[in-house]
Amino acid sequence: MLNTLVKAIAPNMYRYDEFDAQFVGERVNQFAGQVARRLSGELTEDQFKPLRLMNGLYLQLHAYMLRIAVPYGTLSSRQMRKLAHIARTYDKNFGHFTTRTNLQFNWIKLVDVPKILRELADVEMHCIQTSGNCVRNVTSDQFAGATGEEIEDPRPLAEIIRQWSSLHPEFVFLARKFKIAVGATETDRAALQWHDMAVQIVRNQQGRVGYKVMAGGGMGRTPYIAHVMSEFVQREDILAYLEAVLRVYNQDSRRDNIHKQRIKILINTIGPEEMRRRVQREFEELKRMGTLQLPREELDRIAAYFAAPKFETGLSDAMPDAGPDFANWVKTNVHQHKAPGYAIATITLKTPGQVPGDATSEQMEAIADLMDRFSLGEVRVTHEQNLVLPHVKKQDLPAIHAKLKELDFASPNAGLITDIIACPGLDYCDLANARSIPIAQKLAKRFEDLDRQHRIGELKIKISGCINACGHHHAGHIGILGVDKKGVEFYQLVLGGSGAEDASVGTIMGPGFGEHEIGDAVERVVDVYLAERTDGERFLDTYRRIGMEKFKAAAYQGAAAA
Amino acid sequence: MTKLIKSGAYAQDNFSPVADDAPLPEGAVIVSLARFQKDRAALLARNTPVGVRLQSSENPELLGADVNHFALVALEFPKFRDGRAFSWARLLRTRLGFTGEIRAVGDFLYDQVNYQHRVGFDAWEVPDHFTLEMFNRALSEITNVYQPSTDGKKTIRELRAALK
Amino acid sequence: MLTANRLRDGDVLYRKGDGWVLMLADGEVYGDQASADAALAAATSELARNEFVAPYLFEVRDMNGKIVPVKEREIIRAAGPTVHPHTGKQADHLHA
Repeated sequence: MLNTLVKAIAPNMYRYDEFDAQFVGERVNQFAGQVARRLSGELTEDQFKPLRLMNGLYLQLHAYMLRIAVPYGTLSSRQMRKLAHIARTYDKNFGHFTTRTNLQFNWIKLVDVPKILRELADVEMHCIQTSGNCVRNVTSDQFAGATGEEIEDPRPLAEIIRQWSSLHPEFVFLARKFKIAVGATETDRAALQWHDMAVQIVRNQQGRVGYKVMAGGGMGRTPYIAHVMSEFVQREDILAYLEAVLRVYNQDSRRDNIHKQRIKILINTIGPEEMRRRVQREFEELKRMGTLQLPREELDRIAAYFAAPKFETGLSDAMPDAGPDFANWVKTNVHQHKAPGYAIATITLKTPGQVPGDATSEQMEAIADLMDRFSLGEVRVTHEQNLVLPHVKKQDLPAIHAKLKELDFASPNAGLITDIIACPGLDYCDLANARSIPIAQKLAKRFEDLDRQHRIGELKIKISGCINACGHHHAGHIGILGVDKKGVEFYQLVLGGSGAEDASVGTIMGPGFGEHEIGDAVERVVDVYLAERTDGERFLDTYRRIGMEKFKAAAYQGAAAA
Repeated sequence: MTKLIKSGAYAQDNFSPVADDAPLPEGAVIVSLARFQKDRAALLARNTPVGVRLQSSENPELLGADVNHFALVALEFPKFRDGRAFSWARLLRTRLGFTGEIRAVGDFLYDQVNYQHRVGFDAWEVPDHFTLEMFNRALSEITNVYQPSTDGKKTIRELRAALK
Repeated sequence: MLTANRLRDGDVLYRKGDGWVLMLADGEVYGDQASADAALAAATSELARNEFVAPYLFEVRDMNGKIVPVKEREIIRAAGPTVHPHTGKQADHLHA
């Protein structure tokens, strides 16, 4: 594919200084040493496993999988091109964007990993703590810095949390993984309440900006929505507060049953009130000690990296007229930007029939070009396995759309029924019970008709291949959980979950459906919604109003005994 | 066989471990928390050093006001995955103001030594093949740190500010 | 049958005699529990060679003369991802 040479633009995001570069470089050397010690036998697999996990390396069904951190979902074009290069050079020419806004490669060789990490370090990327029982990638709102809804850009705080949690000596051998998200809007695009810990930037009654801290959300075997730990933490206190939560978790979590070791279990066992009390005790002590206080200058210093780019003025704020395909795409995939004349464009990696969240190296290169040409060198990864060009001029939207059509990434379906989240599932994952990707592909094809999709409206389907719930099925309006029934793949339906600010845990409908029945079952569920809904109700609203009964009756009618 | 590394050098371990049901010998002894709670008076009355070995589920706050009577607190890693002792060491040094020896015992990795050092461990019971050279290397693999800890090491933020 | 992953590159292996092969069709089938257990024990004792990791046994059956895994997971592991038919052993085999 011929590309005209596009000049790479460095977007406004965090840039490594010599300390950051040295840190990552030393970490790469450390891991290279660990790989060598593993290959020589000095480390057994049991000893090596937690070390390689903390560098993002899994052993999966077919090969090693490497998970690369994309902090708060932000990538520069230079980084995107490097990912494309790694896909070509060390993998099979494609990568997968995950539900924690990271990027996974599925065909990695252990012996290549030190080299890959060095290449990533060249573009200020790494795989540190993308797995393991430690603080994972800090995620945020994909519209950060572009939406007028936010109190302020949440990413500076996310970056501060990222640094504070990197190789934190007390918290690298937690009871289980620990996922943190940061948001700054009422509309929650980062699923804060589903996280082990989340920070929402808020304003108190005096108009002062501070942080609401929540903890104890989580997916997996036992899903929970987070509890509020503090309605308002002062800016300067935030790291002390977060450390207090982690300390209580590290000290008090169970260690005897791997299924009961997330912080959600601790909080729901001792109760949120008791949890707050324990956290408060640690917090007050830390505050007195003073070493974790976050000075305003530091917050401002980091925030300066993320300063709003120089938006052009005097641009037309009218949406161009470029035909019906374009208009359909704008309807779902284009959102309002804070700067007049600009827009936020969502690239759904969900063309019906495609593997959700996958991109080939050619597509990555082309997106890098789009980033440079049209989005000030920047893209965001979303937890719904899509990409966002955060700063595009409205007048450029038709050209962007045309290019996306060439890439087969122009599906006008953001938030619609074919915008399906699916984990890699049994096709790739060692932990899976059932395949999820083919289910997503078939469902998307089934509902492909755009008029029908618009009739149905907002409907989030999320598919997990096992109870670990990496597909976030508990938060799906329609969630699908793959199970193994005597060696055969079955799929349970879960209804009424939400990952937005109206967070809720979905309810399991009943016994699973076979691979060839699940599509019909979903269709019947959708038909019930269409029949029962009142004006303006989304699927989720109708479900919340009328409950499970009618959906269940329809789904099982006609299904073979399961 | 194990050996002791303390304050960056090989050291003689002068403490005799005492089983819960065994009589207390002369000299420096290490007992379990349960044994200490049972024989508290006798142990506190000794004029030789007393150490306590805590299991990973035992919060050092259980030592109560007696904490600084101990010359040694050994924190157990039953399995290297169990990272509670990182918090216990920190707690001992800060809230409890413990100034004695904090010793890492049990199943821990070379790759954990640096973290242990940061949170307040100053002694390690290591397998025979674990050399001083390895120990020093473990402490030097990552030069700078992002977050403050018990070791008081300057953070990257402080280093950055100092450059200005 | 007995399978494992090669340490260096994660490639899926199948036990044959004292060694390993890449394709399930070339692997050894153990007709009874005793010989299967013995194979696993032998492989486990070889872990210290640091050539492979995570050996385990899985069931296969004879389907019209072809040896096929019982579980879907092992079928996919032997062939490759169903959603990327140009990758994995299914693609290698075509070129073999």
